[in-house]
Amino acid sequence: MIRDITIGQYYQTESVLHRLDPRTKLMGTLVFIISMFLADTWIGYALSAVYLAAIIRLSHVPVSFIVRGLKAVMILLLISVGFNLFLTNGEHEIISFWIFHITWEGIRQAFFMAIRLIFLIMGSSLMTLTTTPNQLTDGLETGLGWMKKLHVPVHEISMMMSIALRFIPILVDETDKIMKAQMARGADFESGNLIERAKSLVPILVPLFISSFRRATDLAMAMEARCYHGGENRTRMKPLRYENRDRLAYLVMAFYMAAMIALRSLL
Amino acid sequence: MGIIKAIKLTYDYIKRDEEGNPDGVKRAVDHVDIDIEAGEFVAVLGHNGSGKSTLAKHMNALLLPTEGTIFIGEKDTSDEDNLWDVRKTAGMVFQNPDNQIIGTVVEEDVGFGPENIGVPTEEIWKRVDESLKAVGMTAYRYHSPNKLSGGQKQRVAIAGVMAMRPKCIVLDEPTAMLDPNGRKEVLRTVRELNRKEHITVVLITHYMEEVIEADRVFVMDDGRIVMEGTPQEVFGRTQEMKDYRLDVPQVTELSWELKQDGLPLSDGILTIDQFVDEIMELYNGGNGRGDAGAVEAPGMETAQR
Repeated sequence: MIRDITIGQYYQTESVLHRLDPRTKLMGTLVFIISMFLADTWIGYALSAVYLAAIIRLSHVPVSFIVRGLKAVMILLLISVGFNLFLTNGEHEIISFWIFHITWEGIRQAFFMAIRLIFLIMGSSLMTLTTTPNQLTDGLETGLGWMKKLHVPVHEISMMMSIALRFIPILVDETDKIMKAQMARGADFESGNLIERAKSLVPILVPLFISSFRRATDLAMAMEARCYHGGENRTRMKPLRYENRDRLAYLVMAFYMAAMIALRSLL
Repeated sequence: MGIIKAIKLTYDYIKRDEEGNPDGVKRAVDHVDIDIEAGEFVAVLGHNGSGKSTLAKHMNALLLPTEGTIFIGEKDTSDEDNLWDVRKTAGMVFQNPDNQIIGTVVEEDVGFGPENIGVPTEEIWKRVDESLKAVGMTAYRYHSPNKLSGGQKQRVAIAGVMAMRPKCIVLDEPTAMLDPNGRKEVLRTVRELNRKEHITVVLITHYMEEVIEADRVFVMDDGRIVMEGTPQEVFGRTQEMKDYRLDVPQVTELSWELKQDGLPLSDGILTIDQFVDEIMELYNGGNGRGDAGAVEAPGMETAQR
């Protein structure tokens, strides 16, 4: 089940977007998110639609794959569309019953909200689809390097993230094994109400926790044996370096942002 | 002085009761003296709880001696200033392959050690290439460690240690969690490193077959080194090995039993070839004497057991 979620997954293919520096992509995502909150006209949304379509085209990730990621947030989307549709006050009322009014303004609002959410999800999943988790943590570590001056343990946090990513599949396998071992001895995880089912998870969680702690101790020892001593005096095997394509990407971002601001203030 | 030298090395574990109060002391390593020369292939043999893993952790300064001293590359491990030198000199490979791989891609994991000791980027790549080649894992460099077999993971772990250019590798039961094929794979790799790259190898194990090709074997029991010598010498003292609850290789055991029953075989036969040669020699020589039947009969009986 855990393996079905496409948000946060990496899609292996070859494209300019895959080769961009992770810091550029993080910045690009941030710019895109901000721009979505700036847009409030048809032209604004049209511009960001074109921009997003162009990036998806560049990424070589199949559109169907990105759309599949939307399913997970469908309910959230429907709820927010519903609220906007029924509860927006306006002058041009179409239907009205009890506290619900459907107005032209409401329809417009709901439509924009849906587009905004869909674009946001597509835009940010595009980043994870084209960036490996490792590059992402690298990008965060380097991109947020200035926070070290504020005594934020940037290196430690990104090391924790990458170790967590490394151990997710191992722990999923382990959970599976423990579950089967408990089922072989008659444990029942499928029947009963919610509380009973939650209770039946205890015999899985306890061994899982214990074994994770053991793994953590082992890993800490192995890291120490390989001379790990935090981020100080550490060199990098794959240092991040901006290339021309990154500079170009920043330029495109700047133009896009300028256009969105211009649209908002002019119209 | 050899590359690893321990003088009266002693280590006490403090046992604690449920509230965490000290409750007695367990002596895991007890006045151990060893001296390992550079380039040697040394095996440490012992059953569970004999203190062999504790000894191994001293060779990497993961544990510091309670009493006595241990020198790694002539550096005292209990001196804080020597810590990184010690760990650079003696790399360590652990039992569980999953719990010692940090990287999400094979080549990144191999680069982890050199990154930690501040090797420049180009040099890291060179070392990663060489180490992966040395353990024969170059073809898997872009793979995720999760998709490798146990033996392959352990080879990646060895490459990760090799990339730090140690003089010595300490392997703490590296094959305990592997299937027979994985075990062979890892041992072959270790032997090759010892022969081709002249890396000193300290192999901690409880599998008899793995120590046969070592230059020297230490047998540990209850924290002490109780036997020392070439595999032939050690396994030759079969009765003593049995007293320490250790097995000897099947063929050694068979020839020992035959010898108990009166066949004039030599001590510590380690390989089937050697055993066959000796038996054939006896058979051919015995035929001439005419009383071969009398000698052979008890031997055959034992062999069928």
